[in-house]
Amino acid sequence: MNHRQRLLQDYARLAAVALPLLAVPFLVDPFLVSLAILTLYWAYLGNAWNIMGGYAGQFSFGHAMFYGIGAYTSTMLLLRFQVSPWLGMLAGAGLAALFGAGAGYLLFRFGVRGHFFALGTFALAEMLRLIAAETEFINRSIGVHIPLIRGDSWWRLQFERTQGNYYFVILGLFVLGMAVTIGLHRSHLGAYFQAIRENEEAAAALGVDVLRYKVYAVALSAALTAMGGSFFAQYFLFIDPTLAFGVSVSVQILLRPIVGGVGTVWGPLVGALLLTPLAELTRAFVRTPPPSLEFLRGRSGVDVMIYGALLILVILFIPDGLVGAGRRLWGRLSPGPRGGRRPS
Amino acid sequence: MDRRLLGLFGGLALLALVGLGVGPTRIEAWFAANSVVLRQAMVTGLLIGGVYGLVAMGLTLIFGVLDIINFAHGALLTVGMYLTFLLYDRFGVDPYLAVPLVGAALFLFGGLVQRLIIHPARNAPPHNQLLLTLGLALFIENALLVAFTATPRAIRLPYERDPIGIGPLVVDFPLRIWGTTITLPKLAAFVFALLLTGALSLLLQHTDLGKAIRATAQDRVGARLVGVDIHRIHLVTFGLGTACVGAAAALVLPFLSVDPQVGNTFNITAFVIVVLGGMGSIPGALLGGLLIGLTQELSVVFAPGSTKLLGVFLVFILALLFRPQGLLGRRL
Repeated sequence: MNHRQRLLQDYARLAAVALPLLAVPFLVDPFLVSLAILTLYWAYLGNAWNIMGGYAGQFSFGHAMFYGIGAYTSTMLLLRFQVSPWLGMLAGAGLAALFGAGAGYLLFRFGVRGHFFALGTFALAEMLRLIAAETEFINRSIGVHIPLIRGDSWWRLQFERTQGNYYFVILGLFVLGMAVTIGLHRSHLGAYFQAIRENEEAAAALGVDVLRYKVYAVALSAALTAMGGSFFAQYFLFIDPTLAFGVSVSVQILLRPIVGGVGTVWGPLVGALLLTPLAELTRAFVRTPPPSLEFLRGRSGVDVMIYGALLILVILFIPDGLVGAGRRLWGRLSPGPRGGRRPS
Repeated sequence: MDRRLLGLFGGLALLALVGLGVGPTRIEAWFAANSVVLRQAMVTGLLIGGVYGLVAMGLTLIFGVLDIINFAHGALLTVGMYLTFLLYDRFGVDPYLAVPLVGAALFLFGGLVQRLIIHPARNAPPHNQLLLTLGLALFIENALLVAFTATPRAIRLPYERDPIGIGPLVVDFPLRIWGTTITLPKLAAFVFALLLTGALSLLLQHTDLGKAIRATAQDRVGARLVGVDIHRIHLVTFGLGTACVGAAAALVLPFLSVDPQVGNTFNITAFVIVVLGGMGSIPGALLGGLLIGLTQELSVVFAPGSTKLLGVFLVFILALLFRPQGLLGRRL
């Protein structure tokens, strides 16, 4: 199979996954639709993180900075200047890409790597959160409400009656993000990213402009992440510094791709399919516990506690992510040359 | 290196220009008007900085020897604080007597955590270990929330305002010197934190265990080759690191109320200190602790209304850019 055919095959797979998903809002009840929205939303964000953290190997622990920039940009443009969130989304993406490129350039230029890079991104996100909490223009730590409108409006990206429309929006974003990753996976750019991840010195010795491509990876990942932030603001209709720039946002964004499989095309989706329902289930479990565990009812913290424990177990027992574990299993089951299918 | 220096001097020149723009007389007037506040901030900053140093020392040990970012460090501090609270509340144990007890308890707890969670993932990619400690932090924080609710708990030393005699000298508390007020709990925390830091440095420098720990930090394979049981060293080091937060927890409880989230700020601060002081460097942790304590208190004076952490993060980013090996660390 040549290069072009592989790319087409990947796109065909994406279409095969996405097209049946179009039917979901017509088939299931509203609760499941909202669960599907959340799952796709986290898969989309995880995919954006994966470009930088997985493919280019620059582990970001502060993706909330891009997310928050996106959320606040579209919201403020809408509130102050009546700009459609669609345009705000693009503006936020541009702004986040610029910010990411600037911050990335500084950190990379000064040789900040590995643990230190992760901590640096973390500190940047926290700084933005603290600054946002002090900025009058965006209503400090109180946060900003997006006023409700009656009925549905695609221009305002707000749907009062048809919640399912949010589903189509996030599905579209998800397909867009996945298409970018697939294109990247099969392109020179993606090859440079992966070469940098595997061995920076070797990549540089082979003529890859390491600094430039690392900055590209950050900018691309930042732009996509910011669009997710804009979507969230329109879906939730409220944004404050913690929801936008908080640590938990950064953590949630990177959890799915890591549990699913870092640096794989489908890892973020697989991770989201596991973790998002898991989080909702633990929440539901605490809301209505079985009679033997009645004392857990309504206790705040129990759901996150269970979630934390499950997270530890998942990472301990599936260290290379679900996609990796699946491949190993597949390799063991299917007899073939070298005991399995070549990971493509 | 040249670029770093250039950037540093450029930044300083910029600051000087801003200073000239504002006008020297106005700056002088500002300092005169705020001199008491400044002094108080410096003293408070240094005192709390000593405790930060102790917390960061635990983190830098774990960081340097096991090479993991331990995101549960702050949560373990919270555990220690609740433990101290319970000891005081139920059994009337003085928090300063609780220092060794809580330290020992957290040593065991840390060892358990290392064996059960960190050790099995020793060959996994580094981000897995980070996520494991993160999951642990989530678990601990919310378990404490379930057990104690979000209500802050505090203790008050009955002898907080008693005069204390040291030989012929009688010291009244709160102590007033140089126009500042020093409370007993903060002073005691500072002194004990320094003593513990000193004791731990001695242990690392002069005992066989300390040598083995330092050898493992320097070169894992090399240490193994000369017969160091590195798995045991990892266990002990993680335990020692958490024992540090245990001791620190008992020391801060007399002046800081505890809620399930209280460790977060310490966690973040400790990371900044470790990077600032130099990863794996014990004196660096202490120096960094004092500097960050100062930064945090002074940033409130210079930028009123802002949160303490903003200045801390600024220092952190500058440290990452201009001196990534840390003030007292080896060149990376």
